[in-house]
Amino acid sequence: MGIEVKKSKIEVVSAPTGHEGPGFFATSLDKAVGMARKNSLWPLPFATSCCGIEFMATMASHYDLGRFGAERLSFSPRQADLLMVMGTIAKKMGPVLRQVYEQMAEPKWVLSMGACASSGGIFDTYSVLQGIDRIIPVDVYIPGCPPRPEQVLDGILQIQKLAASESIRRRDTPEYKEMLAKYGLE
Amino acid sequence: MENTLLDSIHNRLKEKFGAGILAAEQQRDFPVFTVGRDVIHDVLKFLRDDNDLAFGFLTTMCGLNYPDNKGKELGVMYQLHNLHKNERVRLKTFFPVNDPKVPTATDLYASANWMERQEYDFFGIIFTGHPNLKRILNMDEMTYHPMRKEYPLEDGTREDKDNTMFGR
Amino acid sequence: MAELKDIKEGTEEKEYQTLNLGPTHPATHGIFQNVLKMDGEIIVEAESTIGYIHRAFEKIAERRPYYQITTLTDRMNYCSSPINNMGWHMTVEKLLDVKLPKRVEYMRVIIMELSRIADHVICNSVIGVDTGAMTGFLYIFQQRELIYEIFEAICGARLTTNIGRIGGFERDFSPEVWEKINRFIDGFPKALKEFENLLVRNRIFMDRTINCGPITAEKALSYGFTGPNLRAAGVDYDVRVMNPYSSYEDFEFTIPLGTQGDTYDRFMVREEEMWQSISIIRQALDKLKKEPKDVYHAEVPEFYLPPKEDVYNNMEALIYHFKIVMGESDVPVGEVYHAVEGGNGELGFYLISDGGRAPFRLHFRRPCFIYYQAYTEMIKGAFLSDAILTMSSMNVIAGELDA
Repeated sequence: MGIEVKKSKIEVVSAPTGHEGPGFFATSLDKAVGMARKNSLWPLPFATSCCGIEFMATMASHYDLGRFGAERLSFSPRQADLLMVMGTIAKKMGPVLRQVYEQMAEPKWVLSMGACASSGGIFDTYSVLQGIDRIIPVDVYIPGCPPRPEQVLDGILQIQKLAASESIRRRDTPEYKEMLAKYGLE
Repeated sequence: MENTLLDSIHNRLKEKFGAGILAAEQQRDFPVFTVGRDVIHDVLKFLRDDNDLAFGFLTTMCGLNYPDNKGKELGVMYQLHNLHKNERVRLKTFFPVNDPKVPTATDLYASANWMERQEYDFFGIIFTGHPNLKRILNMDEMTYHPMRKEYPLEDGTREDKDNTMFGR
Repeated sequence: MAELKDIKEGTEEKEYQTLNLGPTHPATHGIFQNVLKMDGEIIVEAESTIGYIHRAFEKIAERRPYYQITTLTDRMNYCSSPINNMGWHMTVEKLLDVKLPKRVEYMRVIIMELSRIADHVICNSVIGVDTGAMTGFLYIFQQRELIYEIFEAICGARLTTNIGRIGGFERDFSPEVWEKINRFIDGFPKALKEFENLLVRNRIFMDRTINCGPITAEKALSYGFTGPNLRAAGVDYDVRVMNPYSSYEDFEFTIPLGTQGDTYDRFMVREEEMWQSISIIRQALDKLKKEPKDVYHAEVPEFYLPPKEDVYNNMEALIYHFKIVMGESDVPVGEVYHAVEGGNGELGFYLISDGGRAPFRLHFRRPCFIYYQAYTEMIKGAFLSDAILTMSSMNVIAGELDA
């Protein structure tokens, strides 16, 4: 029986632009590192409520976040690149979230999933933090209550864009320091 | 049939506690008894331990706040269930807001522990004799009891909500 | 060797470690904090702290009109939101004395049983994950997606469904929905059987779960257990049978019971409940054939939100829509308690109405909140890894726990 060879649908990430000649390829370090960072994000799922269940759906076989290189969940903040805040953050939880953010090593990105994490959502109450951007800086917001897994994937792709174009030592820039100072972080 | 349940429990309670039972009424499918605060613990114990009544399951408990009822602003509602006969009963007790004390039911039902802590947290009802009466859902630093009617729902830190547009 | 024995038994030389499990810990599937006092790998004492996502449902409910509270119930037990939605609708209908057509009640039964399956699928597959069997989770979650698709075709949302209205459903199920339900009912038993083959007689799984976190029936009752956890301990209390709602009395089903109240029993009770749910859905589909078509709500225009196209084109519908939204409809004064069998047990709504547009007081009996307090006692003397399993098998949902 002859085996029919199907054309693979897998797309390998293309190399960054650079100068190529016989036996060498030169590009800027920024681009090479950006490419590596982009395609191997280690997310820390900070799942508190409903959005966490949609995140489970995103991770499961149907939507399969692993296709985007973000398969390896890091439950330790010290090894994570991406803090995914999913669900309502109550005022009681606020300090915990901030501590987790502080424990993460640079470079780090924050993704706020769902209306509750982004703005407090329908819970404008005495006990709920009205958006996590009151205590930590956020890179990408995903709207929805809860967002569909496709939206989560889109959010991750947005983070990937940021990761690819970021300079290697972002934390040394004065803008970044100023931004952190606004949140009382360093 | 429902009313016979109300009457039979009422008769048993009146026989035992007399004036401690302040009111009895039928609310839909529930017999509801309003009980004085001083006897509430004994009534719960009696309802649980009596062989005939045997309300051995505390379904739920919640605090009540009627700010306009002077002298009876706060209250507690208990809901008991006899799982053998499938009979349910609701008990209420009321007390003034400046003396929000009621005896604990933790010695009768283990499940009352967190329920009482929750109502303490929400309404500031002090359950005397509770082994560990402290806030459960809110932060320990909170200075008020948010479920009381006089406190607002909103956080108050948001500036993007315009009250002229919405009837809040 | 004698010295070693002395150290082990002597009390003075024993050293305890304090271990902080949570609030954010991957193995707890939510935010629960437990401060554990450990003797090696054995838990000596535990203290739970909860309230990390307290969202003040009861306070919000006092400020929202009846039809808006459905959105709050969605977010309580978000693994089986439709049961919460329907429970709330039925509570209000009880207050208003609205009687629903049989067809609507059977449709509700189908939705509730589907969401019970969705709830138990999550819990049981996560027990598998915690014993180290990821396969079951990845496999059965695919079936959950199919349930999501059914919900999506009915109401447009996957997880927080806001399904139905006070007085019925917002629209009739489309032919596509019926087809999806039928397809799911045909395909799911096979998948569930395969899922069971992975775990039920699996030596490792059995060794890990049997005698892990057991609780006696007396203790369980005293701690206010309800639902699968109580039934695993051997008490046959099921609200669907004890206080039937939504025509559950028309259905034939058995209540599975456990004997030990341990993790394995809880797992098995949930498995069997899924089989029973499938059978209930099949019966409901049969019964629906005999009911008149196109009936999807009761005739209570004062409380049933009319469809949007009617609101825009029909004067009467517009008036009722306005009255409901502005809270001008007359609601009876009084109090009701209604309980449904949620994914985790008796989910009760205690509603006091003063005739206004919002409830005067609404108290939710959240099964998780009541039975989770037994957790610290259940894990005393157990291994840390068993404590994780005990928690996942109790199916504590943070949103329901913290209100």
